Amino acid sequence: MYEFDGSVEKGRPEVIVFPHTTEDVSRIVKLAAKYQVPVVGRGAGTGLSGGALARGGGVMIVFARMNRILEVDVENRRAVVQPGVVNLDITRAVEHAGLYFAPDPSSQKSCTIGGNVAENSGGPHTLAYGLTTNHVVALELVLPDSEIVRVGSRHGDAPGYDLCGLFVGSEGTLALVTEITVKLSRRAEAIKTLLAIFDAVGDASHTVVEMTARGITPAACEMLDGWTLRAVEDYIHAGFPRDSAAVLLIEVEGLIEAAESQAAAIAEICNSNHAREVRTARDERDRDLLWKGRRNAFGALGRLAPSNYVLDGVIPRSKLPEALEKIHETGKKFGFQIGNIFHAGDGNLHPIVLYDPRDKEQFKRAIAAAEEIIRMCVSLGGALTGEHGVGMEKNELMTLLFSDADFDLMRRIHDAFNPDSSLNPGKIFPLSKGCGEIRVRKSTQSSGARR
Amino acid sequence: MSSTVSLPLRLEKLLGGGRVQVSESVLQTFGIAGPAPMAVLKPHSPDEVAEIVSFAVAENLAVLACGSRSKLGLGLPPSRYDLALDMTDLRQIAHYDPGDLTVSVDAGMPLLELAKVLGAKNQFLPLAVPFPATSTIGGAIASGIDSVLRQQYGTARDFLIGAEFVDGTGKKCKSGGRVVKNVTGYDLHKLLIGSLGTLGVITRLNFRTFPLPESRGAHRSTFPTLESALNFHSALLKSGLPFSNLELFDAEFATLLAASLGKASGARTSLGAGGWQVVACFEGSVAVIDRIRRELMERSGRMQALSSESIDSQPAQQLEAAFREAFDWLRRAAPSVALLRIVLPRIASGDVPDLLNGSQPPLQRSAFTLRACGVAYLALLADEEDARANAALEREVTRLFSSAAEKKASATLLHAPLWLRERAGVWGAKRADFQMMQRVRQAFDPHNIFAPGRFVGGI
Repeated sequence: MYEFDGSVEKGRPEVIVFPHTTEDVSRIVKLAAKYQVPVVGRGAGTGLSGGALARGGGVMIVFARMNRILEVDVENRRAVVQPGVVNLDITRAVEHAGLYFAPDPSSQKSCTIGGNVAENSGGPHTLAYGLTTNHVVALELVLPDSEIVRVGSRHGDAPGYDLCGLFVGSEGTLALVTEITVKLSRRAEAIKTLLAIFDAVGDASHTVVEMTARGITPAACEMLDGWTLRAVEDYIHAGFPRDSAAVLLIEVEGLIEAAESQAAAIAEICNSNHAREVRTARDERDRDLLWKGRRNAFGALGRLAPSNYVLDGVIPRSKLPEALEKIHETGKKFGFQIGNIFHAGDGNLHPIVLYDPRDKEQFKRAIAAAEEIIRMCVSLGGALTGEHGVGMEKNELMTLLFSDADFDLMRRIHDAFNPDSSLNPGKIFPLSKGCGEIRVRKSTQSSGARR
Repeated sequence: MSSTVSLPLRLEKLLGGGRVQVSESVLQTFGIAGPAPMAVLKPHSPDEVAEIVSFAVAENLAVLACGSRSKLGLGLPPSRYDLALDMTDLRQIAHYDPGDLTVSVDAGMPLLELAKVLGAKNQFLPLAVPFPATSTIGGAIASGIDSVLRQQYGTARDFLIGAEFVDGTGKKCKSGGRVVKNVTGYDLHKLLIGSLGTLGVITRLNFRTFPLPESRGAHRSTFPTLESALNFHSALLKSGLPFSNLELFDAEFATLLAASLGKASGARTSLGAGGWQVVACFEGSVAVIDRIRRELMERSGRMQALSSESIDSQPAQQLEAAFREAFDWLRRAAPSVALLRIVLPRIASGDVPDLLNGSQPPLQRSAFTLRACGVAYLALLADEEDARANAALEREVTRLFSSAAEKKASATLLHAPLWLRERAGVWGAKRADFQMMQRVRQAFDPHNIFAPGRFVGGI
């Protein structure tokens, strides 16, 4: 079980430990250092880039038992939590006060905040509220030399460099996170959820382009193409029309006056882009059903093939129609039907390649198609990953974006905290690119699936 | 390091004629309360910046990049300061995709010029910081100076999406990108914010932009006591109403604010009437503005405000601009000023009275404002520069630093005479993560050439 996560990668730890306290973590790290064994942290293992896999073998620290919410400060909208707390449990603990934790990855019912911090996770509502990094103000960390340190400050704005900003999203390669102080957000007064139905994918993507260009930023703007929405509909019955080419699930929130006028403006843009219909969720039940369709989409697709490979790339939103066409072409070229269900509002694509991992040749083609799509994102001015992280999935592709000088600096930052690469080796940095300082300790049992 | 050819000549050889200034009068304008550089260089491209930094490494010269130099007084003067880089010739918009709401701009671009380009597409950057007419975008980011729109739009770290810079080895580096959602690689650009030029020379910055609001409004109410004003301030923060700024201030601050607004402004009415005042600024559609206005009138009435007024879009904008410039006019409000920035909890009702209780004669005046997000400015104003006044200033600054530390709040001396900054320190007590900051500094600038000693803990 601990050999896998949500990605197509694989890596086998030699020992798995379940600490209860920060001091436990520090002691484990000390012991591992003594025996020069690598260490990797892990939350729920829902990650999609291999970030929590033991690429170098060694000790895996699973934070499942450090799952306490230590403090909730309703007045100042802060919560102090341990890394093993499940994302949605933070919201559950504070919703009585009208508050919630904004980052909402699709896996929020099972993924943990420690993993969210490591990967700087996003979610549908990232569009308006930002990634995990925008909601974390302080961290307690265990460094690879076993030292326990704190960075950031509870009220924000600690004098000095923004260390919290550096550690969030560092994919477990600089330190292990043992305590997190998060910001809580206040539920909006009004939420309106729209489902816009289109007969052509191009019309849906042009709607997103126009909405962005007119400066309308909804709280969320998700797209499902016809192929994926049919799969979802068969499984969830969320009310997505099976004969449509694409739907946009759009949510606006704020003061009632703002939400209403935004919803009206969005409906107008949808209609001028030939939407067949724009529905508005009548009540909470309607809304939940639409979101259930979105959140469980990957599960629905899982019924269609033994395995699916969810990609994560980002493009400028103005290039959305072009990108979707190119993804379609790539699918044809490699012989896959590639579905798209993604965060359209911030240009964060999630093409899904269905494949059978037992078929070696098909697996290779899936990887090649994925690489072509990610290269396309970069060529359109985009990035390798919007929310899943680089991990061991895309570390070799990092050279598409970064120069030797960039790697030198990132390497110096890495070595400033993790000089022996004992912590989460083989991630982020390309191994092929003279980044030989990363010493992946070869273990007889560990190997990446791709090599 | 030693060479028979003089430094100015070698620099001229590096950059070409006319781009190296060594005249005493120019050097003085780049000086920082004491140290002035040996030369001022005006690079035209990131490549030239990289060449200069490589040269500085080879010759062991300390470098400070400057924009309009409006905030050179932040931090401590660097312990070494040989070359000033005048970045104002790097001022292109490298890339602007209005349809994606992203812009990539050179560090030396003045904020006002950038605002014009974005404004033509009905967009803006919510970085409402002092000196917009002259300040460069690079300086605004490197200084970490406060934006008064923070309550609504967050700080620069929330909309800076990438950066290009030259590191301390003379290499051109980048971090982030030009898309609004991106987790590729370490977020190094976040470290540059507020780093006072100690990590690298910023050459280009990428931002997400925002649509200009349709309309603006403000509301001002006056309260008899600090306690009643704080109650109102807290109630507004808890109300869920979207404010772009929320400012609670004392009578002295009000008087200075009125003076800065000038006689012509419509927002000036009765600002100097005394008491404690709360100003809420907000923006949005006309319907949103009307709704917030209505609620504020009701709430201020309920909470027994002495007076209350609604302020129209135009004067509201002037008022916002005056708050934005508070950093500037507060530090000029008396012959000797110590301006502290203190970050309190979001709901700071319990902490403010404690902080303000100390002011003792002969330090008779102070001006205080508390913004949303718990950011407070306290200006200690000494009308004399004699030994007694100086001693009182120092005592009070020291008291505030320790009072803030007790509350686990952070305090920074944004402005003060050099002697006071040297004696009382600028950053408060040394933080537990200082060693981590040293590691970051060492990684970015292994030869310690970027404004050494200027930043936190003399880093």
